[in-house]
Amino acid sequence: MSLTPEEVDHIALLARLDLSAAERERAGRELSQILDHFQQLSELDTTDVEPTSHVFPVVNVLREDRSRPSLPRNEVLLNAPEQADGMFQVPRVVEAD
Amino acid sequence: MALFEFSAYQLSQQIKHKKVSCREVVDEFLERIDDVEERVKSFVTVLPEEARRRADLLDHRLAQGEDIGPLGGVPIAVKDLICTRGVRTTCSSKMLENFVAPYDAHVAERLAADGAITIGKANMDEFAMGSSTENSAFFPTHNPWDLSRVPGGSSGGSTAAVAAREAPLALGSDTGGSIRQPAAYCGCVGLKPTYGLVSRYGLIAFASSLDQIGPIANDVRDTALLLQSIAGHDRRDTTSINRPLPDYTAALTGDVKGLRVGVPQEFFAQGVEGYVVDAVSAAIDKLVQQGAEVVELSMPSVEYSLATYYIIAPSEASSNLARYDGVQYGLRVAEPGDDIIAMLSKTRAQGFGHEVQHRIMIGTHALSSGFYDAYYAKAQKVRTLIRRDFENAFAQCDVLATPTAPTVAFELGSKTDDPFAMKLADVCTIPVNMAGLPAISLPCGFHQNLPIGLQLIGNLLDESTVLRAAHAYEQSTEWHKQRAKLC
Repeated sequence: MSLTPEEVDHIALLARLDLSAAERERAGRELSQILDHFQQLSELDTTDVEPTSHVFPVVNVLREDRSRPSLPRNEVLLNAPEQADGMFQVPRVVEAD
Repeated sequence: MALFEFSAYQLSQQIKHKKVSCREVVDEFLERIDDVEERVKSFVTVLPEEARRRADLLDHRLAQGEDIGPLGGVPIAVKDLICTRGVRTTCSSKMLENFVAPYDAHVAERLAADGAITIGKANMDEFAMGSSTENSAFFPTHNPWDLSRVPGGSSGGSTAAVAAREAPLALGSDTGGSIRQPAAYCGCVGLKPTYGLVSRYGLIAFASSLDQIGPIANDVRDTALLLQSIAGHDRRDTTSINRPLPDYTAALTGDVKGLRVGVPQEFFAQGVEGYVVDAVSAAIDKLVQQGAEVVELSMPSVEYSLATYYIIAPSEASSNLARYDGVQYGLRVAEPGDDIIAMLSKTRAQGFGHEVQHRIMIGTHALSSGFYDAYYAKAQKVRTLIRRDFENAFAQCDVLATPTAPTVAFELGSKTDDPFAMKLADVCTIPVNMAGLPAISLPCGFHQNLPIGLQLIGNLLDESTVLRAAHAYEQSTEWHKQRAKLC
């Protein structure tokens, strides 16, 4: 099974990866290879088999919705690539009126 | 014998009885690191000042008559995806090259409470994706038994540090074999605990339904000691199991009489080299000589593990790694005028290495609209079949004995062009993660002076039986007394 260039572009867009033409070509080839390998699973009949998402039957773990101490703002911002006025700074996402 | 040759248990006893100070121990290991690190390259970051400061503090507490804990004064290498407050945690990725964790992982807190001293952050495959540590964005680590070979991966820095005696203990993480396979390649003991036994709070996530932190050491007793320290319930990891812990070192009785050892034939096919089959078979014979019984088994679903893993793990990774967006922490790549999508896409293209991008793309595709049922949902169903095979096996036996890896350590650079050949290195370890079971790797022989690993797999939460069998075998051999030559 071979992915088309359009399919590779779509995956790269969904994954937010800005790939060069050469990287896209390589990704297409490598992804097609691994998808071929996945076909092996279609040999197995799993009609009435329950999926396993976790090996233990985990249930939601709840706690009371009460405020608790958290990391100080300045410590959280120490790793921010860009910050301003005690906040994370990002390129404009909302157009001004 | 030099101090760096001592086991963690021996060091803790020497320190406790004041035959040696924590500071002397730390200085000795730092000197050892100075001597060998240029050849081995186990560490992304070595922490001389922090380790010495902590050793002095522990010595002071010891002088006051305090109990400094079961690991008091013992140095440890911590895989660089476990957050350590105030210290760089890079995941061996350009994305996190300058990330300084603002908090400690649960296991780092546990180590500190028990008196261990973090001496460095160990190299790894970027984001734990790989089987050779060659995917580190910084440099590859070398196998202490033969410097031209890989240490295995992804916890290759951790196992190389222990094998090279740069630290008596290390923490690794295991998603598809990342503790056990490098432990086998480096002649160490490495244990992947039951899923949920060790809290992942502060572990940088790869595949959340599979990831587990575990101990690495030079013998089974040290492995049990370290497991005791890090295991146990933590509210901050919602998959953490809440039940009383056994005393793991108490399991090391040396008695395997009547132990039923299952031998699943499928683990001895799939490209496993003859010398590995011979060494593992000889190890099973050794257990039989001590009174264990062999149960021959078949586990037909196991051969689907690799394909199942390469759907589930990348799918979960593509979701977990979506957080690297250049906003809150980590790398940001942007040019003036870039909108947020351009900033995100450039950051992720330049911050992640090829293997990480490859797996994100597999996962993105497998989870995308129209493909989810064919891939992720199907893989989760096959995962159930693999689990059932293990359930059937453990209805007939107490522990399974298999190879850890199909070969000994391979040459650096020999498999980087053939990603699928690399993935086969994990063919014996991946099924265990699918079922969430505990499993250990320990040395069971050598081929051309390179260590071979025996894998012992236990039932859920039955680490004690795994450790008991491993210890009984280890004590009947001399493999764990051999030393890597560092050339």
